Amino acid sequence: MATKSLLARNNDIANTTRQLEILSNGIFASGELPTFVTKIKETNQFPLRPKKLEILQINLGYMCNQVCEHCHVDAGPDRKEIMTLETMNQCLEVIQKTAAHTLDLTGGAPEMNPNFRWFVEEASKIGVKDFIVRSNLTIIRANKKYQDLPEFFKKHNVHIVSSMPHWTRGKTDKQRGNGVFDKSIEALKMLNKVGYGIENSELKLDLVYNPSGAFLPGDQNALENDFKKALKNDFNIDFHSLFAITNLPISRFLDYLIASENYEDYMISLVEAYNPSAVANVMCTNTLSVSWEGWLYDCDFNQMLNLKVASKVKHISTYNEELIQNRNIIINQHCYGCTAGAGSSCQGVVA
Amino acid sequence: MSKTYYDPADLRKFGNITEWNEELGNRFFDYYGKVFEEGALSAREKSLIALAVAHTEQCPYCIDAYTKDGLQRGVTKEEMMEAIHVGAAIKSGATLVHGVQMMNKVNKLEM
Repeated sequence: MATKSLLARNNDIANTTRQLEILSNGIFASGELPTFVTKIKETNQFPLRPKKLEILQINLGYMCNQVCEHCHVDAGPDRKEIMTLETMNQCLEVIQKTAAHTLDLTGGAPEMNPNFRWFVEEASKIGVKDFIVRSNLTIIRANKKYQDLPEFFKKHNVHIVSSMPHWTRGKTDKQRGNGVFDKSIEALKMLNKVGYGIENSELKLDLVYNPSGAFLPGDQNALENDFKKALKNDFNIDFHSLFAITNLPISRFLDYLIASENYEDYMISLVEAYNPSAVANVMCTNTLSVSWEGWLYDCDFNQMLNLKVASKVKHISTYNEELIQNRNIIINQHCYGCTAGAGSSCQGVVA
Repeated sequence: MSKTYYDPADLRKFGNITEWNEELGNRFFDYYGKVFEEGALSAREKSLIALAVAHTEQCPYCIDAYTKDGLQRGVTKEEMMEAIHVGAAIKSGATLVHGVQMMNKVNKLEM
């Protein structure tokens, strides 16, 4: 199990240009597989354009207490990229005028940003009602200073979305690190205790399932039922919905695919599972991603590939929604990850 | 022409069998698809049955396909191994139960 990010290990894949080369070469350059552009042209969906902006997804930093095998952010304790107060203030100005109704906070572990709570409070003051925090659960148990997070989340009616690759300890710890399963279970119990995830509760607690390996997620409903049954029987834990998310072939997951000689087969699986009706609802059509430095991206994945929006406005400091919404979305072969099967987004299936 | 009898890449070409007999090929795939739908048995249970049968049939394509299918459905390694033991038990049981026939024959022939 890795304990350092690819960046700290000086791994070649930490270089985004190298990742984009890999995604354009090989089976895509030889024509064995169609590029994503070719594929969406078949159904006249090129260029991909944004629809109404609904979600502002802000990455508060790449620091995390975990080093998950599949992490597309290459997050970990050694990552020092953290959003500053200055950038947060720029975000707050934008939040005041945007048409987006949801503020989606991610990382890393967003809670590790020292100004995380201040930011949520300020955003709340200016009227944000719909908060999502992508919490890895273990952070709540990582240090005393985080143990009151469930209460804090509750106070601001934060919708919690948390990763949980399996309902068994073995599969979970293999992907996310030793001890993660037990800590996650403890954290879920704490969240249930304050009212999160309980049937009909306003306090939303959803789980995210990512496959722990070179295969695609199965049917979201069937997995949700299995998760619910197992977590209820084994630990008396409740949650609302399960989002099945496909792993995109970038960063640490790309490194894994190549090292395990699964890259080509995985890309073939993604292309074979291509679903044109998922293209219409991919998350880049209603979401805008903001990096810890304030740069703007079509999605969190493009952020990690350093593909800034194709617009005159590329930074939160010069934000102009009209200009930004009038752009073409940057696509590459990794986008097949969001259009496979029932589709995949930060809110689960889309088709 | 491949130098080996089995090529993993051939599994993806399975659908091509319809090219040489469209009607029967399509009927087979329709039937196949229906069989694995959610029914009185869940699709997950059917996947585990398929995995066990894939082993007793010793079909490498089916083993690849239903191992991956199981992983996608969140089936654990322990469940997969138990399923193929069921197949193995029936296989060995089927061999051994014929021992009764052998015993019957011996009893008939021996004085």
